[in-house]
Amino acid sequence: MSGVLGSSIRRREDPALITGSGKYTDDFTLPNMAVAGIVRSPYAHAKVVGIDTRAAAALPGVVAVYTAKDVEASGIPGTIPTAWLLPDIKTPEHPILAKEFVRFSGAAVAVVVAEDRYIAADAMELVEVDYEPLPAVTDPREATQEGAVQIFEEAPNNISFDWELGDEAKAAEAFDHAPRKVELRLRNNRLIPHAIEPRAALADFDESSGKLTLRLTSQNPHVHRLLMSLASVGLPEHKMRIIAPEVGGGFGSKIHHYADEAIVSFCSMQLHRPVKWTATRSETNLTDAHGRDHVSIAELAMDDEGKILGLRATTWAAMGAYISTFAPAVPTYLYGTLLSGQYDIPAIHIHVYGTFTTTAPVDAYRGAGRPEATFLVERLVDLGARECGLDPAEFRRRNFVAPDNFPYQTQVALAYDSGNYEPALDLALDKIGYADLRRQQAERRNGGGKLLGIGLASYIEACGLAPSAVVGSLGAQAGLWESSTVRVHPTGSVTVFTGSSTQGQGHETTFAQIVAEKLGIDMDQVEVVHGDTDQVQFGMGTYGSRSAAVGGSALAEGLDKVIEKGRKIAAHLLEAAEEDVVFEDNNFSVRGVPDSQTGWGDVVLQAYLAHNLPEGIEPGLEFTTFYDPSNFVYPFGTHICVVEIDPETGKVEIARYLAVDDCGNVINPMIVDGQIHGGVVQGIGQALWEECVYDEHGQLLTGTLLDYAIPRAHNLPHLELDRTVTPCPHNPLGVKGIGEAGSIASPAAVTNAVVDALSHLGVRHLDMPLTPEKVWRAIQDSSQEGRS
Amino acid sequence: MFPAKFTYHRAASVQQALELLAAHDDAKLLAGGHSLIPMMKLRLAQPPAVIDIGRIAELSGISRDDGSIRIGALTCHADLAASELLRQECPLIAEAAATVADPQVRNKGTIGGNIAHADPASDLPAPLVACDATIHLLTADGSREVVASDFFVGLLTTALGEKEVITHLSVPAQTIGTGSAYLKVEHPASGYAVCGAAAAVTVREDGTCAAAALCFNGITDSALNARAVAGALVGSSLDDDAIDAAVDGHLTADDPLGDVYASGEYRLHLAKVQGKRALKLARDRARG
Ligand SMILES: Cc1cc2nc3c(=O)[nH]c(=O)nc-3n(C[C@H](O)[C@H](O)[C@H](O)COP(=O)(O)OP(=O)(O)OC[C@H]3O[C@@H](n4cnc5c(N)ncnc54)[C@H](O)[C@@H]3O)c2cc1C
Repeated sequence: MSGVLGSSIRRREDPALITGSGKYTDDFTLPNMAVAGIVRSPYAHAKVVGIDTRAAAALPGVVAVYTAKDVEASGIPGTIPTAWLLPDIKTPEHPILAKEFVRFSGAAVAVVVAEDRYIAADAMELVEVDYEPLPAVTDPREATQEGAVQIFEEAPNNISFDWELGDEAKAAEAFDHAPRKVELRLRNNRLIPHAIEPRAALADFDESSGKLTLRLTSQNPHVHRLLMSLASVGLPEHKMRIIAPEVGGGFGSKIHHYADEAIVSFCSMQLHRPVKWTATRSETNLTDAHGRDHVSIAELAMDDEGKILGLRATTWAAMGAYISTFAPAVPTYLYGTLLSGQYDIPAIHIHVYGTFTTTAPVDAYRGAGRPEATFLVERLVDLGARECGLDPAEFRRRNFVAPDNFPYQTQVALAYDSGNYEPALDLALDKIGYADLRRQQAERRNGGGKLLGIGLASYIEACGLAPSAVVGSLGAQAGLWESSTVRVHPTGSVTVFTGSSTQGQGHETTFAQIVAEKLGIDMDQVEVVHGDTDQVQFGMGTYGSRSAAVGGSALAEGLDKVIEKGRKIAAHLLEAAEEDVVFEDNNFSVRGVPDSQTGWGDVVLQAYLAHNLPEGIEPGLEFTTFYDPSNFVYPFGTHICVVEIDPETGKVEIARYLAVDDCGNVINPMIVDGQIHGGVVQGIGQALWEECVYDEHGQLLTGTLLDYAIPRAHNLPHLELDRTVTPCPHNPLGVKGIGEAGSIASPAAVTNAVVDALSHLGVRHLDMPLTPEKVWRAIQDSSQEGRS
Repeated sequence: MFPAKFTYHRAASVQQALELLAAHDDAKLLAGGHSLIPMMKLRLAQPPAVIDIGRIAELSGISRDDGSIRIGALTCHADLAASELLRQECPLIAEAAATVADPQVRNKGTIGGNIAHADPASDLPAPLVACDATIHLLTADGSREVVASDFFVGLLTTALGEKEVITHLSVPAQTIGTGSAYLKVEHPASGYAVCGAAAAVTVREDGTCAAAALCFNGITDSALNARAVAGALVGSSLDDDAIDAAVDGHLTADDPLGDVYASGEYRLHLAKVQGKRALKLARDRARG
């Protein structure tokens, strides 16, 4: 089926999901299953003086109540590990149930196992925990200041790591001599992920085989199995099966290993019964790893013509109470390395403090580090343009890495393999009618009424995580290759097993498209299996916009091996030289001899019959491939946001939003557009509404959907999309990633638009979310300044 | 998200509801359930007994009753919004009901439940005060009436007694020359009102103001009745300057509500901006 690749095939997974027959973790009920309720700390920081479980245990229908003492007595390792280590990083012990201290509101303290959810909920109220409250600290910078409460003895000033990249002296030199400079102080707001499906785990320990089967809301079941085997549950990997059934969104929050799945596994191993736990929405908000939460001071140096000479920044990145699975990588290698943006910047230096706060841990969330980097760079660039008296589009243009400059070595480790930034900018400016909008803006400023603002964000992302040796040298405790198995059945249909499992991205469609295209078979002949450690060889999972670029490449290479072996068999059957046999349209034929051909079905069948195989060829037609990318991939683009602001109320309305993205070759345009829609909307959410707020006692004030605003359809504009295509030069499909691009670009585009609308009033910067009150106050303050 | 234990009783008539209330201490009536059930699931409310009045037909419906409109307590927001009669005679309530949440909530939530719950950010209290609605209550001992401005007492508190049932509301039909408007600034998360401005003005033949009302949801712990603004408007020309002057000069609020989304100071500012806009829209509508 050639032509399948690149067409908007409807998602094969949707009928089941839309009609409700898809099964999520919580949809499974096993015989004799009990239910777990996790008792959580109401305090952000406290000493646990004592836990009295007697009343809870005595409630009829309660099966067991466990605390840290029981975990210790069982002999399992019982800790949550960190899988990315930086030099001198402090990763204090994170027990699955709190021992002497609780360090964030929501930390697991005890677990109640009961016959049903109602009994569990009643029993949880009966667990009496005696706390001695301690002071909280929630701000990543304040945590490092004198007088802040010390969260861990081994981490003085609450610093987990102190990390630098780039050449400090060179940057200082650039700043010393630069005629023009701008400084920006910003806070990148803390976000709560909000996958529609809350986290859940169903553990079933089989006593006779000693094997644990865990159904889990996971983006990477093999990674979960590995971490659980090593650090929390302690069973050997071959005695653990982790299945990720349908997973209802993750956005990063289901990458990490949480205490909860280890706790239910522990319960099942103790009780020899299946035990299920499903988070409530409030529980999810308290305990899912949050995103962002940076405080930064950044500077940009320029010459008089608007050429950037240097960039430097210091960032305090909240890690929360414990160092979550991949948390250290997020504000370092996924952030500092992106600070060159699309620009040719001769000197860059970044200093990051990863700090402990008495809050939920922070880890990867859609974009992970790259939205923070893009926000910082693109805000600085807008300020720089203003400082130089240049239009923001022109300023960007003057600083883009030139197309003949690739591969381009940045000052912050990455080598961009490809890129062509100006056409994407031009396309965006043209489609939005930029010059006309600027005219309208000027008219409105004179005429009163709603203020008009136009914001650009030209972003780059490094995704397709990642070359294993590179990330290994940077601290990853895992390789970031991906695997595939292509199993051709004797009758010619195909099952592929991929280590890249889906939480809604559409793998079952796009991966089948790759197979159908390569083999020339119908998509109906292809099954895509993922998300089960007993079925799939191994897999690193889905995150970092890596599925197509890494998982898809593993699949493409596996398919090439199948075709290669098929050609050998076909050559033998056709009595032709192997190099003369071509595979096209599902047929093997001899070049120049049109009558001499044999179909896919014959060759496949022969592979399994093995009655007449060429010498040295094994029977069967199945290949497992481990694909390790040689570089990251570098999608890029320019987004433009147009806002209208009611100056009396401060309300921001997005009038238009245009995204021009370049994700290389496109497997399925509809799915790519859907990913951009979702990402852009999430970023608009960060820019306008979303903010995880803790009070001074570390209490979560935005713990429900009544207070934490996620984007809603009626508040969103129509999204205008377009693309340029610059294929990735180093992977077999020429694809890059698109899952995160929207959320990387849009916070900066929206904020730039809002600040642009207010710039004539002297407003230079506003922190997200851009609530009406914040915007109104900025207008008030500026008009007061104007008056005085 | 699992409520504590409770017993469930379904009342077939208002009489039976009163009997059940008499028999069960601390019982809660259940109408649409869209305020009570979330509270129970969060265990913020743990009533030992729940008395379901949701299927009592006599409590539902909108009808004409002499010079006023009678609205049954069980009438859902969607029916309020869609009622021709209300749109003719008391459009402010229909307009406000249409801004409540989403279709699901509007199809389940009732006017009786809404006012009994008395969330300061809900949409019906201010329009009811602005329209001079009367709330009709029934106990085993008899019935009584409370005007809306006396009914809303404070944060989640009303004049409703523990063993009382709201049977219906009555709202005077608006007089000729009256226009009204409800303008809502919704909270981006909850959808409730950060500021809900309910305005009504009656215009004389000569264009001057015969009567005015301006009330707000979301600004104070119960519906804010800006009587001084209304007073300043009566007799005025109702032109933009008159409205601006009345609001700027007379709108005050003690202890405005504030939260992480919008401070009290900002809410009061919003009330001024939205109050003026609502009054101007009401005036334009009155003038047709
Ligand atoms: C997601 C969501 C969004 C919402 N958004 C809005 C919004 O934007 N604006 C808004 O105004 N509201 C909003 N609401 C609230 C909605 O309007 C509720 O339905 C309403 O407040 C309560 O009505 P109910 O019939 O559901 O009452 P219930 O929940 O059944 O009862 C609420 C209270 O009223 C008492 N009660 C009910 N009926 C009577 C009666 N006849 N006599 C005496 N006491 C009675 C009950 O005992 C209980 O204490 C929202 C609700 C939800 C779930």
